[in-house]
Amino acid sequence: MRFRLLRGDTILTIALAAAALLIIGIVVALAVNLFSGASSSILKFGPRFLIESKWQPSNDVFGALPFVYGTLVTSAIAIVIGFPISLGIAVFISEKLKRHLTFGYLLGTLVDLLAAVPSVIYGLWGVFVLIPLLKDYVEKPLNKSLGFISLFSGHPFGYDFFTAGVILAIMIIPTMSAVTRDVLSVVPNSQREAIYSLGGTDWEVTQKSVLPYARSGIFGAFILGLGRAFGETMAVTMVIGNIPSISSSLFSPGATLSSIIANQFGESSGLFQAALIELGLILFFVAVTINGLARLLLWRMTRGTQVNT
Amino acid sequence: MIAVILAVIPLLLILGDVFLRGAPAISVGFLTHLQKPPNVSGGGIANAIVGTFTMVGIASLISVPIGVLAGIFFSEWSTTKVSTISSFMNDVLTGFPSIVLGLFVFVIIVLPTRQFSAFAGGVALSFVMLPIIARTTGESLKLVPNTLREASMALGIPRWKTIFRIVIGTGKNGLLTGILLAVARATGETAPILLTASTSIYFAKSIFQPTASMTVLIYNYATSPYSSWQTQAWGAALVLILIMLGLNLVVKLTVGRNLSGKLEL
Repeated sequence: MRFRLLRGDTILTIALAAAALLIIGIVVALAVNLFSGASSSILKFGPRFLIESKWQPSNDVFGALPFVYGTLVTSAIAIVIGFPISLGIAVFISEKLKRHLTFGYLLGTLVDLLAAVPSVIYGLWGVFVLIPLLKDYVEKPLNKSLGFISLFSGHPFGYDFFTAGVILAIMIIPTMSAVTRDVLSVVPNSQREAIYSLGGTDWEVTQKSVLPYARSGIFGAFILGLGRAFGETMAVTMVIGNIPSISSSLFSPGATLSSIIANQFGESSGLFQAALIELGLILFFVAVTINGLARLLLWRMTRGTQVNT
Repeated sequence: MIAVILAVIPLLLILGDVFLRGAPAISVGFLTHLQKPPNVSGGGIANAIVGTFTMVGIASLISVPIGVLAGIFFSEWSTTKVSTISSFMNDVLTGFPSIVLGLFVFVIIVLPTRQFSAFAGGVALSFVMLPIIARTTGESLKLVPNTLREASMALGIPRWKTIFRIVIGTGKNGLLTGILLAVARATGETAPILLTASTSIYFAKSIFQPTASMTVLIYNYATSPYSSWQTQAWGAALVLILIMLGLNLVVKLTVGRNLSGKLEL
């Protein structure tokens, strides 16, 4: 009897631990295989790959700089637009709607649904709806009135950094607002009551007590949103134009690390393919760093409470 | 308030456009016929629908058992070092750009076999699903009160039986939620499939051949210059979004309530 009990538990422990170890193994194997896939490019270009601004498959010259630039620019636009909105949604739902739980829940669900729409559908919508809208009502007027600033110069065509950034903003709002909502919900009520007891208004409570208390968690949400913007592929691929260029104008076409992989991988081989895989390797390291950082911040914020983010 | 309106408007616009532009494209033939060349009437997306289900099926076969086991480990062995490291890695894996997972599977399966295939696509999707399932399983089992475990152990029931009968029995809603959400996510993925399964205009004869999927079809059609293909892209988008929103709404309205917020990552 005792023998049988032991065996059942032993088998289970081994099976469970194996599954958990497999997850660690996958991440390690991912790094190793991307390295091996990119090896010919890494050996040929070395660290110069990161600062080389030319990308010419026909001459076997490859550099990651245009794509690093494109990724940074589009993510910056996405954050500038998306972060304030996400913060607003989170504060509105978890602070203002405290007494209307059902309404808050419905609203939260609606915003969460934005996260359920597949990337490729954002892209489809971007191509046929958002691009004409932005081109005629945002880009052209800005170009006409503020065209002397290099940011808004050039000939707005729709397929550019700006459109990609706007699409990304829409896509990262659900992530950032959901995490921020979780973080705000673990702010202890005593924090709020302290300001109320001093005669503070709702706004003052949010501004002086809730937000400062939740600072590091909100920063974690910010980083997670950034991580999603960095890695997002299909929607960006479809609207950014995929031209490896570095331009100071937001209204000129470009490419990001992930968009150029999706766009050119199908017709690549040899060194070209290795260079694309090396771009993936850069994405891998960025993703590990960003996610590690965000988890650490969120973990510190929510440690010891019911909510695990 | 303004923030909420700004966020909800795009959602309504996207859903509205997909319904308005997609509905005219949908008919029985659209769902049951093979793809046709551009500007030839009567083309369908049947092979893409079958391809998507095949790949999501393969991915589920791989990721559900492993993910559930790993999730149980995260919850029931949460104090061990392996569990801490693995669940951190799992979170990191969740945050990976899916195209990186596609590159990975391209290097380990497509390069050696020299063949794009539904199998490779399924494996790539399983890496998308695995961390979601492991995470939600772990989180929902952690919500099961310890007193239940103690009561069962006090009756002399071995730990494995306690876990499978009592803990999973109590937390099974959360478990199902995780699996459904993972399936929904995999159904909507494009980038990993693009690099591993490629596409095809026929029904695949085996899972070791290039295979069409709804998402890659939408991508190819939407970026093509042909109006008939563009219309069909909207139709395929409507089919896809109905499947995905259906899955998500079922989860949200029935089993997912107590877990909402934790599932977005």
